[in-house]
Amino acid sequence: MSFSWAKAYEPKNPFMRWLDERLPLPRLAYGAIGGGYPVPRNLNYFWNFGVLAGIFLTIQIVTGIVLAMHYYATTDGAFTSVNQLIMRDVNAGWLLRYAHMNGASFFFIVTYIHIFRGLFYGSYKAPRELVWMLGLVIYFLMMATAFMGYVLPWGQMSYWGAQVITGFFSAFPLVGEPLRVWLLGGYAPDEAALTRFFSLHYLLPFVIAAVVILHIWALHIPGSGNPTGVDVKTERDTLPFHPFYTAKDGWFAATVLLVYAIVTYFAPNYLGHPDNYIQANPLATPAHIVPEWYFWPFYAILRSFTVDFILPAKLWGVLAMFASILLLFFLPWLDRSPVRSGSYRPVFKRFFWLLVVDVIILGYIGGAPINWWRVALGQAAAAYYFLHFLVILPLVSAFETPLPLPSSISESVLHGEAEEAAPVGQKKPRRGATATAG
Amino acid sequence: MATKAQSAEGPETTGTAGEGEGVRRRDFLNVAAVSFAGVGAVAAIAPLLVQMAPSADVLALATTEVDISKIQPGQGIKAQWRKQPVFIRNLTPKEIQEANAVPMSDLRDPETLAQRTKPGKQNWLITLGVCTHLGCVPLGISEGENRGPYGGYFCPCHGSMYDTAARIRQGPAPKNLFVPDYQFTSPTTVLIGGTDKK
Repeated sequence: MSFSWAKAYEPKNPFMRWLDERLPLPRLAYGAIGGGYPVPRNLNYFWNFGVLAGIFLTIQIVTGIVLAMHYYATTDGAFTSVNQLIMRDVNAGWLLRYAHMNGASFFFIVTYIHIFRGLFYGSYKAPRELVWMLGLVIYFLMMATAFMGYVLPWGQMSYWGAQVITGFFSAFPLVGEPLRVWLLGGYAPDEAALTRFFSLHYLLPFVIAAVVILHIWALHIPGSGNPTGVDVKTERDTLPFHPFYTAKDGWFAATVLLVYAIVTYFAPNYLGHPDNYIQANPLATPAHIVPEWYFWPFYAILRSFTVDFILPAKLWGVLAMFASILLLFFLPWLDRSPVRSGSYRPVFKRFFWLLVVDVIILGYIGGAPINWWRVALGQAAAAYYFLHFLVILPLVSAFETPLPLPSSISESVLHGEAEEAAPVGQKKPRRGATATAG
Repeated sequence: MATKAQSAEGPETTGTAGEGEGVRRRDFLNVAAVSFAGVGAVAAIAPLLVQMAPSADVLALATTEVDISKIQPGQGIKAQWRKQPVFIRNLTPKEIQEANAVPMSDLRDPETLAQRTKPGKQNWLITLGVCTHLGCVPLGISEGENRGPYGGYFCPCHGSMYDTAARIRQGPAPKNLFVPDYQFTSPTTVLIGGTDKK
């Protein structure tokens, strides 16, 4: 697709030739995920997580469609249909429901690793800015989908999660409260809210799938990045996606799916909250409301504003929470260093790991009950999050001296074994390589 | 665009139906067609948006009548209005006194108890049981629940504390508990909602 040496599709049998001439779908697949897509040869395991995210999206869509066949989207029926009908009566219903519940968590786990991979290796930099931004759109849609899905069982956490999250909108002056009522179709979460959440929860995964196609399309224009951040220069730098990366992705996917299966079978409720097994009660709030674990860092940012300053504290919290995600769209222009990979940026690398620790602290604070030291720690961590992206990154990229980059991908991987790497008949030993070779 | 072409070519093409006039007609048709289609598109979106607003059956629950004859001073009940909890509390003279003793400057959302109750019925404090922070139901309406340091309500979610007039005193909530529209239809019954709008 992107490199001159990419192999063109050659139909292997008359039927495929017949199909390819009329609808070049086989050609498209071959060029996108087959032998016709050249990929840098030095990818490490962090490059497996995009494919994994695609696998979990598929699992969520398949289990979700099946669950929808047994689910009642009414305030009277929802809780019973999930906890009685699906969990006890429907054949294999318990498995499908636990697979869907934990599938959501695993989708977020692999997506977070995928995002931090991008942050470390500078995957957001030119010419891949749009790949990054489309990825953020997917992430945003995932959060909306996951939130609405969590409301569907109509347990206590479902209900109060819906109340609190739609309450964000009421923070906006003037339009806030009418907007909230319009979104809910009532004054509190009820029948109207539940049915529209169900409708949108069913729709959004397909929107995500569409944006995933754009994400991959945009990625395949420049081709995949790689751990050195150095551009692909010659055919020696790449391997065909199939069979090399299909094999690697396949074995790694099997490994992760094994962990997923262990959690689904042996600790299906570990990542959930017991209060959601109590039916929704609009008149009593659980003592400790928390969202699902994957929202904790953002929940911590929301809660870290406790004092009114020009605007009410509540509005600051909501604005900061939205800003914490929106600012990532500007990342390609905040980090101005021309060096992509964190491996060659000694100062950036330290701050990257600080950011990882910071987000983990935010996650802990967001999930824990409030007390004075947690509020203080959460405020410091929230402030640091913004400091990292808005101040530290631009400064580091201006003042840092990066380490020397390898002159090519193959050089960085092969360490003087150039002859072995060269295609037959093209042996051109590099300078110095032969001198040290015994 | 059309007027510009007209003024530029006007002196030369006066009286003749030249090419310029043909272009102007087409421009007009384009603008008219696109505008018409645009208005149509907006009109088509309208039902898709208004269907999200509260439906007639939701609005039909917009009033609730509550019997308050059995609530003794110091007690309160939780009623339901528009699927939301409403706190109806019969304040004791001591609680009224406490509420009136607070200087306005101490309040985040300054309102007196008199402004938050009906004239002559200052002991009946009727508010939504929905914390103005993020919508949790505060504790304190039922006997034995934590009323917080100000003797009103205490929200367990994020620690907002309300006083005996249900005004925010400490914690993240920006506003006092909301006082819905209500009226006493008799000395012992309250009609919540219904006096505003329709």
